[in-house]
Amino acid sequence: MTTWDRFVDTFFNGKVMLKYLPDILWGVVVTIELAVLIVLSGLAAGLALALLRSLAIRPLNWLIIFIVDLFRSLPPLVIIVLMYFGLPYAEVSPSGFVSTWLSLAFVLMAFSEEIFWAGITSVHKGQWEASRSTGLSFGQTLMNVVLPQALRLTIPPLTNRTIAITKGTALGTVVAVSEILGAASSAMSNSYNPSPLMMGAAAYLVLFLPVVILARRLERRFAWKK
Amino acid sequence: MKPQPIVDARAVHKHFGALHVLKGVDLKVAERELVFVIGPSGSGKSTLLRCLNRLEEPSSGSIVVDGIDMLDPRTDINHARQRIGMVFQSFNLYPHMTALGNVTLALRKVAGKSRAEADRLGRAALERVGLADRADHTPGQLSGGQQQRVAIARSIALEPRVMLFDEPTSALDPELVGSVLEVMRSLRESGMTMVVVSHEMGFARNAADRVVFMDDGLIVEQGPPAAIFETPTQDRTRAFIGQIQRH
Ligand SMILES: Nc1ncnc2c1ncn2[C@@H]1O[C@H](COP(=O)(O)OP(=O)(O)OP(=O)(O)O)[C@@H](O)[C@H]1O
Ligand SMILES: [Mg+2]
Repeated sequence: MTTWDRFVDTFFNGKVMLKYLPDILWGVVVTIELAVLIVLSGLAAGLALALLRSLAIRPLNWLIIFIVDLFRSLPPLVIIVLMYFGLPYAEVSPSGFVSTWLSLAFVLMAFSEEIFWAGITSVHKGQWEASRSTGLSFGQTLMNVVLPQALRLTIPPLTNRTIAITKGTALGTVVAVSEILGAASSAMSNSYNPSPLMMGAAAYLVLFLPVVILARRLERRFAWKK
Repeated sequence: MKPQPIVDARAVHKHFGALHVLKGVDLKVAERELVFVIGPSGSGKSTLLRCLNRLEEPSSGSIVVDGIDMLDPRTDINHARQRIGMVFQSFNLYPHMTALGNVTLALRKVAGKSRAEADRLGRAALERVGLADRADHTPGQLSGGQQQRVAIARSIALEPRVMLFDEPTSALDPELVGSVLEVMRSLRESGMTMVVVSHEMGFARNAADRVVFMDDGLIVEQGPPAAIFETPTQDRTRAFIGQIQRH
């Protein structure tokens, strides 16, 4: 056996790959489920917080800023672990899946709130005044005039942040979620062979590369304003 | 009995923190009247206009527009504002909408028109400012003068009882000023009541019914354009008129 053959046999072992392909595919499904849930709930919550913040109610804003800063400073892994191993002491026992989903959704909420908020405040005051002077209410102005302009500015930073946090689904392995990395590493220890990890890497590429490319496109499209 | 004025502002004071910006301004504007407001920078002209539609909350005083008490907490301010058009120095068009979209937004959201009806009224308003053929352009595709005319159309589409102009031509290149003044002149001829803050003295001379001179938060002097420009009675007015005529 040449070195090359041994390399292929170790990292791209056909038999092992075939055997664990279903596990990895199932991991892909779990990762997609997690990613979709995190993106939808995280962005929705972030936008909701930014809208609440625009009401300019002092104590509420302090609370929002505190929550946002908290989730931006804690490492996502710590949040997942705290939720999974800590919450049971409070008589709530979220599954690993739920812990991972909620933790990363909170992190995305925190970061996206800051991005949405920056977008809202960057819209010129004159836009508010023009709209309010024609009789639109605060909420109507926010929804029809300010938010559409703010969102356009937020798309590039938001897509980058969203991709970064969604890749964090791999952290779910530590709380026994069989997403791609989890499925790959348990297959690896069962087979004493790293080939499943290669499959896992390939799965991440297949999943995220199109998203990254799409993000780059979006970024270019929205880079020049107006 | 004298007809009721469209704008009736009395003893309006405005403080920004320690800064006393309006120090008891009385301003009545009759129906179909064009009142032209002049005064040095910082004298409170913009603040006064913005108090009239309550973009700025006056500290005290009373403001009645078209019979509606603007400062009464029970007044539906969004409804009242439909009757008061406002045109800004910086146009403030919505950059993400077409000209027609700009003009129809309040028609749909505030006046409750259907999209078809709003489009019809919006196109008529654009027609009035000479921009019927620009309905589908975005603000970025329009010149400054055209943008300001769209902003005027956005206001007149709501059929306001009075229009407030805050330096509508100050941000324009000189060659574009004329087109906006032309629209304002035709508005005036159609009988619109107008309050105009501007430095366009030529326009004031031949279009204004009354010129109001403000200084340091007070109306110092007012009268027909000829009187204010040729024979002002107050020193401060004379100094100001002298200054702008030297330019
Ligand atoms: N939102 C605000 N907060 C604090 N001070 C303000 C505010 N708006 C206006 N001022 C101050 O109030 C004074 C009057 O301002 P205003 O804009 O009404 O003057 P103006 O007569 O319109 O001047 P200009 O000719 O320069 O437009 C100025 O000293 C200004 O700095
Ligand atoms: Mg001003």
